[in-house]
Amino acid sequence: MELIRIADVQKTYKNGVVALYDFNLSIKKGEFVFVIGASGSGKSTLIKMLYREEKPDKGEIIIGGINVAKLKNRKVYILRRKIGVVFQDFKLLPKLTVYENVAFAMEVFSIDKKQIHKRVLEVLELVGLKHKARQYPNQLSGGEQQRVVIARAIVNKPKLLICDEPTGNLDPDTSMEIMKVLEEINEMGTTIIMATHDREIVNKLRKRVIMLEEGRLVKDYEKGQYNDERN
Amino acid sequence: MKGIRALGRYFRDASKSVVRNFSLSLASISCITITLIVVSISIVISLNVENFAESIRKDVTVVVFLDNDTTKEEIKQIEEDLKKIENIDKMEFKTKQEAADEAKEDNEIFETVVDGWTEDTNPLLDSFMLKVKNVEIIKDTVKEIKKLPKINTVNYGEDIVDQLVTVFKVIEKVCIIAVISLIVVTAFLIANTIKLAIFSRKTEIEIMRLVGASNISIKVPFIIEGLFLGIIGSVIPIIITIYGYITIYNYFGGKILSSSLAKLIEPYPFVYLASLLLLGIGMLVGMFGSWRAVRKYLKI
Ligand SMILES: Nc1ncnc2c1ncn2[C@@H]1O[C@H](COP(=O)(O)OP(=O)(O)OP(=O)(O)O)[C@@H](O)[C@H]1O
Ligand SMILES: [Mg+2]
Repeated sequence: MELIRIADVQKTYKNGVVALYDFNLSIKKGEFVFVIGASGSGKSTLIKMLYREEKPDKGEIIIGGINVAKLKNRKVYILRRKIGVVFQDFKLLPKLTVYENVAFAMEVFSIDKKQIHKRVLEVLELVGLKHKARQYPNQLSGGEQQRVVIARAIVNKPKLLICDEPTGNLDPDTSMEIMKVLEEINEMGTTIIMATHDREIVNKLRKRVIMLEEGRLVKDYEKGQYNDERN
Repeated sequence: MKGIRALGRYFRDASKSVVRNFSLSLASISCITITLIVVSISIVISLNVENFAESIRKDVTVVVFLDNDTTKEEIKQIEEDLKKIENIDKMEFKTKQEAADEAKEDNEIFETVVDGWTEDTNPLLDSFMLKVKNVEIIKDTVKEIKKLPKINTVNYGEDIVDQLVTVFKVIEKVCIIAVISLIVVTAFLIANTIKLAIFSRKTEIEIMRLVGASNISIKVPFIIEGLFLGIIGSVIPIIITIYGYITIYNYFGGKILSSSLAKLIEPYPFVYLASLLLLGIGMLVGMFGSWRAVRKYLKI
């Protein structure tokens, strides 16, 4: 079943830079898709349009039945509730503990405290940080912080998890740990789209790979590898 | 249930934010306090003035002086004629001798002078003291009275009343201008406080948006924060109004200028209504200020 359909999308930034051209892409429910390409090729632009941080100037982006391209500002939250987002810079609240940071994403929806407690511990267990629930972000390593962010991104059980270079600041071993967590989440049914520069990861996981070059989708491999192309 | 929890969270967030930006909150609260104190003074002055002017107007006595050579029969006739005028309520005849006696009682200096007067040398005039039913048409009534024969002058102290009202109107205007400018300044200060509260919670707001918090649930806590500033700022003015007014009222025994006319407004329920008004203004200004900031700095 199709979860995401992107058709004839073009994105021009205010300064005139055209970041994406004639973009077409279809992603099925449950897929794990890597988005690769050189710096400036448009990976983040694609990601941002998926969670409606940016709007395309042309074309259609349908996610789970919502036409994201036409979504009004005040209705963006409806889309965001179906999506979890993970960034390279973690965006954790420094004054809240690990537990509170994850719970924050549920408190926003005024969910019952007991229910929050149960679910937060569940996802912290999943990312392997249950024992650090009371620590503050600055007491954690980069990889641990990123796992907290992932826990927060999935705590509301989104259908789609979008990651923009989630391992960008991490060493190879830590990156692999993160990838294990993501694979596990993917196996539980969540569709994952991840932009990355990390050859090793892409080659090891053997997932679908789409490659951008100067704003165009140039390659789309099932079980692809980074070195299928020269860069 | 969910709605109540959400409301609980809004209020918790708002109060946390007031405490977190305490020095700024304090500046806003002080500004509201000062504004509301001025508002309170204005209310007390202008409503009392209004009340005072009203009671003077209601209590107007029209004095009809008769010519010196008016005979007893003519006085009878004038009394009959006056009774026919619709707007006249009560009347009382006062001979010039009675007028002289009253003057004597009022002031010792007059005593020797008045004692020297005889029936013929008494310079005062016989008069009718009238009360009217409707003050609004007093001018017409006076005109009608003047048409009667043997009327010397008709006096109802219009100048004094009008002058008082004019002075009070000026005071009222000054108060209104002061209040409006203070409210504008306060609204700006509150908007600034909320702006900084928004900036200080930038990441938090970003994350809230990212995880799908609705716009309302992001904005409402800031509006409530402004509301809190308004409510806290109105506490001292309300206390001052209630205790201050009651103290003043008791000190003057409810009267000013030792005149039985110039009565202060009864403290109850006046002070409570005034307090309610202050609270209302505080809340409105607080919400207005924060609404401005939210609209400007929380574009979502
Ligand atoms: N907010 C923006 N305003 C203007 N131009 C932008 C903006 N964001 C990105 N661009 C431009 O759009 C193009 C694509 O940028 P994008 O961030 O999508 O690349 P990327 O593939 O994510 O690069 P990297 O691997 O370095 O993160 C670049 O030329 C970039 O300069
Ligand atoms: Mg990027």
